[in-house]
Amino acid sequence: MTAPTATAHERIGAAIRKAAPAPAIVAFLTAGYPKREQFRAHLAAVAAEADVVEIGVPFTDPMADGVTIQRSSREALAQGVTLAWILDELAAMPALDAPLLLMSYLNPLLAFGYDALATAASRARVAGFIVPDLPFDEGDDLRRALEARGIALVQMATPVTTPGRLAKVCGASRGFVYAVTMTGTTGKNVAVPEDVIAYLGRVRAVSPVPVCAGFGIRTREQVARLAGHVDGVVVGSALVEVLERGEDPAAWLRALRPVAG
Amino acid sequence: MSSLTVEERRRLLADSIAGKFPDARGRFGPFGGRFVPETLIPAIERLEAGMRAHLHAADFQRELADELHNWVGRPTALTHAPRLGARWGADVWLKREDLNHTGAHKINNAIGQALLARRLGAKRIVAETGAGQHGVASAAACARLGLPCTVYMGAIDMERQAPNVGRMRLLGAEVVPVTAGDATLRAAVDEALRDWVADPLGTYYLLGSAIGPHPYPYLVRELQAIIGREARAQLLERTGRLPDALIACVGGGSNSIGIFHPFVADASVEIIGIEAGGRGPALGENSASLALGRPGVLQGAYSLLLQDPHGQVQETHSISAGLDYPGVGPEHALLQAAGRVRYETASDDEALAAVKECCEAEGILPALESAHALAGARRWAAANPGKRVLIGLSGRGDKDMPTLQRTLIAQLEARAQRGAA
Repeated sequence: MTAPTATAHERIGAAIRKAAPAPAIVAFLTAGYPKREQFRAHLAAVAAEADVVEIGVPFTDPMADGVTIQRSSREALAQGVTLAWILDELAAMPALDAPLLLMSYLNPLLAFGYDALATAASRARVAGFIVPDLPFDEGDDLRRALEARGIALVQMATPVTTPGRLAKVCGASRGFVYAVTMTGTTGKNVAVPEDVIAYLGRVRAVSPVPVCAGFGIRTREQVARLAGHVDGVVVGSALVEVLERGEDPAAWLRALRPVAG
Repeated sequence: MSSLTVEERRRLLADSIAGKFPDARGRFGPFGGRFVPETLIPAIERLEAGMRAHLHAADFQRELADELHNWVGRPTALTHAPRLGARWGADVWLKREDLNHTGAHKINNAIGQALLARRLGAKRIVAETGAGQHGVASAAACARLGLPCTVYMGAIDMERQAPNVGRMRLLGAEVVPVTAGDATLRAAVDEALRDWVADPLGTYYLLGSAIGPHPYPYLVRELQAIIGREARAQLLERTGRLPDALIACVGGGSNSIGIFHPFVADASVEIIGIEAGGRGPALGENSASLALGRPGVLQGAYSLLLQDPHGQVQETHSISAGLDYPGVGPEHALLQAAGRVRYETASDDEALAAVKECCEAEGILPALESAHALAGARRWAAANPGKRVLIGLSGRGDKDMPTLQRTLIAQLEARAQRGAA
């Protein structure tokens, strides 16, 4: 008898918890940026160091993103990067240790078709999706299609989410809850104030899945400050800038981890 | 949505007429909704609650009616256009939104939402603008109410519409150039949303068209429906009869939903929306989301959208900046799916010809946007001789002088020179 295969949803949770007591590193890169030809190499390098990887699907109207990811999206699109291309690349790559999530605005997913998407994502070993313009109350159709393949749909919580809604968002989230740590868009460098720590505590108190904090995280000090308050941290714009500068993403990610002891 | 059965179409229309849309989820049938980042949900819910508390309250409506009458200059005239009618072989009536303060229908929405923002305790207003008409209307409304106003405008549009940038600044607004994305209206909406996300409690986002997440399509329609209510009452009072056809131009769709809505239940009135056909039907050559687009989600709502096969939103073209947008309000998508409104296109050249004809025949310089409606009406009249058509003339063309100088006026001057030679 073989053990039942863990769903992608469970694999994400396990990958995050494995990093404890330090926060897991959830690393974001825009697919095909800076150069389409570098995608596989960059992804492999990032996945070797990060605990979970988010791959950004470029979109013409990234309304929740700051300037860095807007720029990377636009340039990836200019090089012909599409959702179909990303899924083909992933399917052709050897399996990576870190679970992969796709971060995409809704319209490219709608255009692909939800059922076709779930099938293709499963083949490409995609463990989950994050869809910034799909609040959980609009997400039933996509959630159902993905869950049929064991694929997670991650929900976002914010500091301004009301307590009643927070419980629903966390209850609906699979893989982890993406806790936005500032009321704004991605990419700004911020300190981590006390009220953010309190907010993360509120999210963790009601979430049945791990909680990862994102938006604006770029230094080891921030990661260290969040240790014990979250299960993981998402690094996005800062990592995209590392790749833009042609630096080694794995070394940069390694340096984010708090020094042991 | 061509896959709907006759019965499904009939039910959508009946539900629409019965006032069931938008429903509790902000849907107009399958369209609309609230596709926004979680960070915006509390702000949108607060807006919706505030709107429900105030919009139809007697004291708010009194205040709004007073501003519309004494500051905007409503009611606007309904003008009989017998010389256009003689040329077209039809009985032509024009609803004159060009006579509004600031020159277009945009002010109906801007002053209404600014009044609402003040009641909701907003400290500042942000708005987006494409051609600058909504930006000017917002700046004027904010000055009138003493609210600080920031207008996001694509850098390319700022160059194309420089006089409106100056008007906004004179009216006290801060105009912020947007260089991201396509540097036009879409990018300006994204930037205004980002601003709102950064301070959802103190900032009010004054959206200029019947687009975006619920409740904006409903809120803007309610504020613009005065166009149709006035026109319907004026025409009945003057002639005792409704029009055979009602025609308006559609970009995001606020002037058109405003004039259409009070006529939707009048089954005898054929309703036609005219989109920008630009240079032709190929992707990127027009802004005809309803006539040529496919369903999708852009900037908060599920509606029809000009997009490529991968779901990437397409750049658009129209000679009229106010129609140059790849999406359209969800209620128009519903009215098309329900078979109640037909959406057609008029090209850049047809619109220019209509500007000239309206100037010559009636002494009215229409906006290039409104000229699309005139071009559509002319086509309808040719197929329906002797019938009556009511046209939404959404704005005046003074703002289009740079474009007209390059096109119609240059042609006239060339002809005058040839005549002199």
